[in-house]
Amino acid sequence: MIILGIDTSCDDTSAGIVLDGRRVISNVVHSQVELHHPYGGVVPELASREHLKNIMPVVSEALLKADIGMRDLDGIAVTVGPGLVGALLVGLYYAKALAYVHNLPMVAINHLEGHILSIFLEEEVPAFPFVALTVSGGHTSLYHVKGYGQYSLMGQTLDDAAGEAFDKVARILGIGYPGGPVIENLALEGRGNKINFPRAYMSHDSLDFSFSGLKTAVALYIKKWRGGQTETDGVKISDIAASFQESVVDVLVQKLIDAGRKTGVLAVMAAGGVACNKRLRARLEEAASSQDIRVYCPRPDYCTDNGAMIAAAGYNRLLTGEKADLSVDVRSKYPTQELSPID
Amino acid sequence: MKERSIIYNSTSDRETIDIGQGLGTVLSGGDVVALVGELGSGKTWFTKGVAKGLGVLTETVVTSPSFSLINEYDGRHTLFHMDAYRLEGISDFISAGLEEYFYKDGVAVMEWADRWPEILPEWRLKVEFTIIDERSRQITLSGYHPRAYEILKSICNT
Repeated sequence: MIILGIDTSCDDTSAGIVLDGRRVISNVVHSQVELHHPYGGVVPELASREHLKNIMPVVSEALLKADIGMRDLDGIAVTVGPGLVGALLVGLYYAKALAYVHNLPMVAINHLEGHILSIFLEEEVPAFPFVALTVSGGHTSLYHVKGYGQYSLMGQTLDDAAGEAFDKVARILGIGYPGGPVIENLALEGRGNKINFPRAYMSHDSLDFSFSGLKTAVALYIKKWRGGQTETDGVKISDIAASFQESVVDVLVQKLIDAGRKTGVLAVMAAGGVACNKRLRARLEEAASSQDIRVYCPRPDYCTDNGAMIAAAGYNRLLTGEKADLSVDVRSKYPTQELSPID
Repeated sequence: MKERSIIYNSTSDRETIDIGQGLGTVLSGGDVVALVGELGSGKTWFTKGVAKGLGVLTETVVTSPSFSLINEYDGRHTLFHMDAYRLEGISDFISAGLEEYFYKDGVAVMEWADRWPEILPEWRLKVEFTIIDERSRQITLSGYHPRAYEILKSICNT
């Protein structure tokens, strides 16, 4: 079964073609990072206009790279939420038109299900059940994944997403956007133990996250540091970046491993843009090996938003005969609890 | 019109939520709350309280709208939690369709409202956050429109 997956939930226009929900034949992502750079974030109106411009070339390129035509497809999977409404609409209506014209079944996909199932695009995959951390600019959530379509939310951020904290700290430091890669690069030269920023573990058994206190602490520290009021001398900007990153990574690692232990699963995974962070991946490996838990992280291309993961999620649904009506609409909020399980 | 105000001192996130809740209980559809204060001064905590006061279900988690620009919550009145942090200019704000929310039948709470005060309706209530130290914040509620006076008065009476 060959499926075209389309995602326009945020700032990237992406299309992927996947065979049997596992093998990526092509995966094309048109990023708007350059466009958004001066804004230090994503501007939705710009995002919608850019998606409109990019959607047709991106889908065509995905087909071209896969060396197939529309007639070779068995179905279309498209993200309907959660995300920016104006951005989602572009992908959904293009998918609807394609499905209608080429008489193909279409399924409506939850973006987070795409991230959770992105690991199935890799050679080595975890067996159910496992625990998944989806971590990006828009969300930081832990799920107990019992099977396809069965994701129970175990914890989530109560204020800022981890990626948002990276973006905001990068903006305070004046080092650019997106914050994740610029802080990670800067941190390579810095000392992660130089400044002891707070780690919000919440109550003892909570699996929720909070990054707003850390953001505040870093902002206050930078203010003092710039005013020459910090006690430790010789603190460099790279030390601040590394210490901040260490604080985020500590919490993400501990909560994911805790969630794994609590559920008794043998495998955990991390996906989403922040899961590209090499320090996070290394620390996860380290922590899991001492707990007899295996860690799975999709390669960075499948961690950031992409169409292939949407095709992977669509495969399981199309197999069961699930089909979205052409009247289906986008959803800015779309809790995974509302998804139907797949046997 | 003369500006009137109430000044609070908060010594914790908890207290900031309580102050927000006090405001939330007296708000009505069409009200606009303009939050002003630097990163980490408690704007999102305060909004959590406003949501509580508006009767948004307690299990609903009010998170930062920086990424999504606007989050909507159902309560006694719909709460529109908006954020201008990432936007560069007033035209971005308008073209993103955010200005419309000031004129809808819900309560609009906007973070970073001092960036373009000229787009805010005159009946807005301004809430200013000043960082005193690591934990303490001064929170000033003020307005110069009859509707703002009314809100300030109802807070004092509850």
